[in-house]
Amino acid sequence: MIKHVFSRRTAIAVFAAMLAGSALATDAFAQAKQIRVLNWQGYGTDEKWATDQFEQKTGIKVVHDYFNSEQEMLTKLRTSPGTYDVVLFNNTFVMEAVNAGLLQPIDTSRIPHFADLTPSLRDSDRFVKDGKHYAVAWVWGVTSIAYSTEKFPGAPQSLDAIWDPANAGKVGWRDDAVESVQFGALATGQDMNAPTDMEKIKQKLEALKPQIKTFWSSEDEWNKYFAAGDYAIATYWSGSAARSKKAFKLPVGFTVPKEGAIGWFDGLAIPVDAPNPEGAYAFIDFMVSPEFYVKWDTDVGAPASANAKANAALPEDAMNRSVLGDPEVVKRLQWMAPLSDDQRKAYQELWDTVKTTLAQ
Amino acid sequence: MPGLVARQTRAAIALTAPAYLWLALTIFLPLSAMAYFSFLDVAPIGGRESHFTLSHYIAFFTKEVYWRNAWRSFELGFYVTLLCLIFGYPAAHILAKHIHGRWREALFLLVILPFWSNALVRTFSWTMVLRGELGLLFTYWAIVIGLVHAYLPYAILTCYISLQSIDDSLIEAARSLGASPLQAFLRVTLPLSIPGLLAAVILIFVPVIGSFMEPRILGGKSAIMLGPIIENQFTAVFNWPLGAALSFLMLGIVLVFLLAASPILRRHWQ
Repeated sequence: MIKHVFSRRTAIAVFAAMLAGSALATDAFAQAKQIRVLNWQGYGTDEKWATDQFEQKTGIKVVHDYFNSEQEMLTKLRTSPGTYDVVLFNNTFVMEAVNAGLLQPIDTSRIPHFADLTPSLRDSDRFVKDGKHYAVAWVWGVTSIAYSTEKFPGAPQSLDAIWDPANAGKVGWRDDAVESVQFGALATGQDMNAPTDMEKIKQKLEALKPQIKTFWSSEDEWNKYFAAGDYAIATYWSGSAARSKKAFKLPVGFTVPKEGAIGWFDGLAIPVDAPNPEGAYAFIDFMVSPEFYVKWDTDVGAPASANAKANAALPEDAMNRSVLGDPEVVKRLQWMAPLSDDQRKAYQELWDTVKTTLAQ
Repeated sequence: MPGLVARQTRAAIALTAPAYLWLALTIFLPLSAMAYFSFLDVAPIGGRESHFTLSHYIAFFTKEVYWRNAWRSFELGFYVTLLCLIFGYPAAHILAKHIHGRWREALFLLVILPFWSNALVRTFSWTMVLRGELGLLFTYWAIVIGLVHAYLPYAILTCYISLQSIDDSLIEAARSLGASPLQAFLRVTLPLSIPGLLAAVILIFVPVIGSFMEPRILGGKSAIMLGPIIENQFTAVFNWPLGAALSFLMLGIVLVFLLAASPILRRHWQ
């Protein structure tokens, strides 16, 4: 039996070698038929239906490797050159990788959907250096306020709703130092990436004392508290709000108030020594296409696409289209910038101090 | 005879070495690393340059957010321990002195039963009970209730053991010499059961001041203590040195308490 398999495999190999003309060519042939993607697990690129569809269309097999933190991703790029073809990058980490010589410039003419991408994301200085793009804007999302559509007839227009005495004891807030300081900056009219008046932020956050019912830290917790009626209004993530509404059938609305909200975006990049850049370009183009995105958001639930046409192709009631599809909303967002270690420490201490006040 | 002594020593070394080696590797080494980190400005991980500093230890005394939350942790430990003893001691007394045979076994099973379920599950089941008409969920007293429930078995078991070992004839002697039941309890039973009470205090107080899971799930806004602050230094801001320094200070304060109590301990544990 073993002998039989062996001989068949050998026969195929010989046949393939004859077809391609040389053993070297078959090797290159095999490599051209595969790309290796580095991403968070369960973050779009590894959807089985999508990789199947991509392989059917191009004949390129998609292999995945995962990371659990941005630092781990950068370490993998540094220590395994020539391994990955497509890597997911949060915008705040791209320039660090470019300066370390880890990414190659993108030939945008090889991505047919590139022209459809939202210019403010596509040409952000977090992705572009010396006129060259180093990552392709892929998806984005917002941390803002979600509210109960049963308790609010219309979407709250201002962040003040959180501080409104009418909502005392009905507010949900994420127990996170960075996010708290950012919301405090927005509510006091400051640049959330470079707040100048920390004392004002502290006072604003301490004024949350009668408002907050309890803190949340995960999507699961948020859904539980909201369903139990603990929250009428709460800070939340756009993609999660869409899932709470669709998958959990909760009466959740999501809005970006006039003071703005916290925006983030991710891109896809090609490492400098990618073994199969050809395949990488094809895959990135597929990832930003409406064809992939609409199915991802409809069947699974996804962040907003950087491709405006893909968002517009969503069903009308999809949150990513109805709330985030408005260019006026996008203009109000402040995009999260990289934070230094010292900033993180200072924010954490401020937040711990505020929480001590809230507890007493 | 010297041969025998030598052999006994060798045997003692051979039998204890694995345990001590294991403890040294798994507790002493990581703790020493943490002690070292607590005197550095940044954790020397990933090629970062670090320098000696005392600033984290100074921060504990100069920044209100740290000492106030240390105090909140001790306060919580005090309430929980006190309530555990108030509820646990009478129960242990009844079990040890007034109930015998099958009933005692059955009641013991009821005390131990909660231990067989996962602590997280127990805490979440409390969220449902406290939410209802009680309206206590997300308050300070929700944390106290959850923790008293979690640690009450320790109080019952340790008090039971020391109460059960008291010879009944001592109490009978006191009674026959004219002591009232209350006097017999205060002058005979209570003093003899102090080792059990002290064991319960140590077993409950120390873990409670470091607890962070129950406060976070039950306490809402009241959850901030030193435990959660230390946790954040490790998980949220990568400030291991501060987290380590705060932990060692907490450990230090507990040790000072134990040393202060040691004269009483020595008297009763001999």
